[in-house]
Amino acid sequence: MAKFDFVLAIGGEPGQGIATVGKTFNQLCARNGFYTFSYSAYQSIIRGGHTFLTIRISSEPVANHGDEIDLIIALDKNSLEKHIPHVRPGGALVYNSDDAKKQPPERDDIQLCPIPYKEFSKEIEDSKLQRTCLNTCLLGAALQLVDADLNMLEEVIISALLKRKGQETVDANIGVANAGYEHAAKHFTQFDTKIEKQEKPLAFAQGNDLMAMGGAAAGVKFYAAYPMSPSTGVLRWMANNARDLNIMVRQCEDEISVINMVIGAAHAGVRAMCATSGGGFALMSEAIGSAAMMEIPIVVIDVQRGGPSTGLPTKTEQGDLWQILGASQGDFPKIVVAPTGLLDGFNTIPELFNLVDKYQCPGMVLSDLMIGEGYTTFDPEQIKWDQEIDRGELITGLGQTEGEYLRYQITDSGISPRAIPGTPGHMHVVATDDHTEDGGLISDEFTDPHKRRDIMEKRQRKMDGIVKELPPPTLEGPEDAEVTLIGWGSTHGVISEAAELLDGEGIKTNHIQFKWLYPMDEDAVNEVLEKTRYAIIVECNYTGQFARFLRGETGFKANGHIRKYDGEPFMPHHIVDGTRELLIGKSELYVPYQEIVV
Amino acid sequence: MAKKERPIKAAPTAKDYKGDVKPDWCRGCGDFGVLAALQNAYAKLEKGQHDHLTVSGIGCSSNLPGYINTYGMHTLHGRALPVATGAKFANHDLNVVVTGGDGDGYGIGGNHFLHTMRKNVDLLYIVMNNETYGLTVGQASPTTQLDEKTYSTPFGNIETPLNPVAMAIVGGATYVARAFSAEGKELAELMYEGMRHKGFAFIDVISPCVTWKGGSDEIFPYWKERVNTLEDHDTTDMAAALEQAIKTGHETQLGLFYHDTSRLSLDQMEPVLKDGPMVSQPIGVTPEQGAAILQSMM
Repeated sequence: MAKFDFVLAIGGEPGQGIATVGKTFNQLCARNGFYTFSYSAYQSIIRGGHTFLTIRISSEPVANHGDEIDLIIALDKNSLEKHIPHVRPGGALVYNSDDAKKQPPERDDIQLCPIPYKEFSKEIEDSKLQRTCLNTCLLGAALQLVDADLNMLEEVIISALLKRKGQETVDANIGVANAGYEHAAKHFTQFDTKIEKQEKPLAFAQGNDLMAMGGAAAGVKFYAAYPMSPSTGVLRWMANNARDLNIMVRQCEDEISVINMVIGAAHAGVRAMCATSGGGFALMSEAIGSAAMMEIPIVVIDVQRGGPSTGLPTKTEQGDLWQILGASQGDFPKIVVAPTGLLDGFNTIPELFNLVDKYQCPGMVLSDLMIGEGYTTFDPEQIKWDQEIDRGELITGLGQTEGEYLRYQITDSGISPRAIPGTPGHMHVVATDDHTEDGGLISDEFTDPHKRRDIMEKRQRKMDGIVKELPPPTLEGPEDAEVTLIGWGSTHGVISEAAELLDGEGIKTNHIQFKWLYPMDEDAVNEVLEKTRYAIIVECNYTGQFARFLRGETGFKANGHIRKYDGEPFMPHHIVDGTRELLIGKSELYVPYQEIVV
Repeated sequence: MAKKERPIKAAPTAKDYKGDVKPDWCRGCGDFGVLAALQNAYAKLEKGQHDHLTVSGIGCSSNLPGYINTYGMHTLHGRALPVATGAKFANHDLNVVVTGGDGDGYGIGGNHFLHTMRKNVDLLYIVMNNETYGLTVGQASPTTQLDEKTYSTPFGNIETPLNPVAMAIVGGATYVARAFSAEGKELAELMYEGMRHKGFAFIDVISPCVTWKGGSDEIFPYWKERVNTLEDHDTTDMAAALEQAIKTGHETQLGLFYHDTSRLSLDQMEPVLKDGPMVSQPIGVTPEQGAAILQSMM
């Protein structure tokens, strides 16, 4: 079967149904076994503005949205003018010729594919339906250009629209898709790339869906949220599936309420989780420490967006690392993890729940807009619902404790068996004030310094256990590489492709991606870092938050830095260009230029 | 302090509800009356001690869970209501009672108060209202009277105090009462009925501060002169309840203002609880459920 790797992009106004097209197109790809990675650049408004959806389609799994756009579908005049420069030489631009009063700006190295939509849609009487069918018509033409079977689109139209919108809508869409397809067959030249159905159908999801699914698989029974982009997809999935899976989903008055409800539910014995973005997380800060103090296991997801403050609601960034590390006053045990891709988000949640249950502390997940709202297709067999669930030392009935029960018993591991309310014979008070073994408040005993020291050391001993359980990062690629690219969390896919590209150019490159960020095992991490010769830390923020953190934890100082903080995610060539530039040695910092401006 | 091992009682008495820790409230504090009333109300409810969860925030009165022998949570300042809500939804077989003060509940936790009422979460919320921030040495609180001189209002308070009872009646609470901590019998009865009520039950308790509001021989008589017991009042009539609730000063009314048994509590509305408390339900995703989810993504 022929291999292919093709990048398609769709530009238009919000409200022109680009989100729907993105979903529909991903569904089409899934059914036909194409691997995809999609990234949507958009703004925080419901109507007006501009949306640009990039979908990379491949016969192999892909983990970033690629470097060059082969084909752009422009749904409005603005997209047509704006995105002409973004088509790669030899690529094509499909657009509604009714929009172009005059010929679009000249580019003789691409194929211009005007579609006379008004003519094709003149039989659709409903003017709203006529408007919304435009994207299907242009998509029909685009599919012809890669020699794809139009049946693929027709099937998806029927399944997406028949029940919801009725036969008239389906007929209108299929009609214009056919017209677009036939027009393209007659007038335009096909790409060399042919997209053909693969053997195995795939599934499709957003990263937020996958994290929510991971929560369900981990046994989450309580999910609370306050709407905040780009984390709201987790709420959507949970709310849609709550009744089937018997998961309690609550929308709260603010993020303070969210996390405190999660703490209450977790204390009463269920696995409880919440997701937000940086601003919401800031409101949760105080309660993070309270979970640690009361020793209640919770999981909090931060789907990062551009900061500071309200910042860039619809743009991506890895700018919350220091917020997460520093959240809440005082010292306390916690775990911070950054999933390395959309599918890894699924596995991360059950892994983290087992750890926080065992060590009775808060666990925090650093995702971001790129992987949270990005779509991917995947082999459904990769989703293992049957996750190991280890609730740790939990007392649920009589006979599990000898003698008097001390909720915060001083132990070697720092772990004190946890009784949940309702259990006979184990009554206790959990307090946010510091307390003794039995839960009595230390401040009420004239702040006994020895008791304070004992309980502080007990809690912190849990960190010794946690750090041993978190796998250190591995070196991917040749050990004797000239350059090592270091990243963390969501950027695994794009850095790994950049490393391959550099390798192909003769710059031998390997790659280290950090997933488990805190606590960090200094010796184990240094063992990996010692093998590097010229290390470049790649991250999506201004101040090099991870570089500074890594240096603080291990003493390791990288040779160069590639940082992006314009809101748009890295493309592989940004990192390739940066590496070449840094190797010249004139600067230690490279900030890539974002070519595609939406 | 070493914790005494105590036998599990099938029918615990008020004495069994005494905690191991002796209250560190000032001698004569109104909160003692509230604690005693709550111990009596718990005993009257005839549940196991471990079936109660007493949740508080931060402040003088919020130390209460430490002084009572049930499961307890001493949460962050102002956050008792959401924590209690989460616990109630994880295990709605628990009798969850929230205790706190006016600064905790009407000030920093005001937003939670509003929305927990609106959602009619099945809790009993007892606010020990002393019209001051006692633990931080007597600043003005949301219920401090106009013109009153405090630590933070040395020239007199120019902000109008909140009327929590009136607010609860229109805010969606389905059991709304006011009590006086010196009238323990009536208070215990209101608590008992509040625990039995399915929905959000709220009692604003006038619980005088003997340190920042004058001595006990000054502040208790002050309130005794001002409180009146509701008479000939229809507790199902929201407008009548409001009319009584807005009376202040020498017309201040005590008792049950409003009781709505027609509205279902949020846990009764919630279909995911039909199979019993969340904490006892099966967890995870069955292979059939998992297959259906993935099918919907294809």
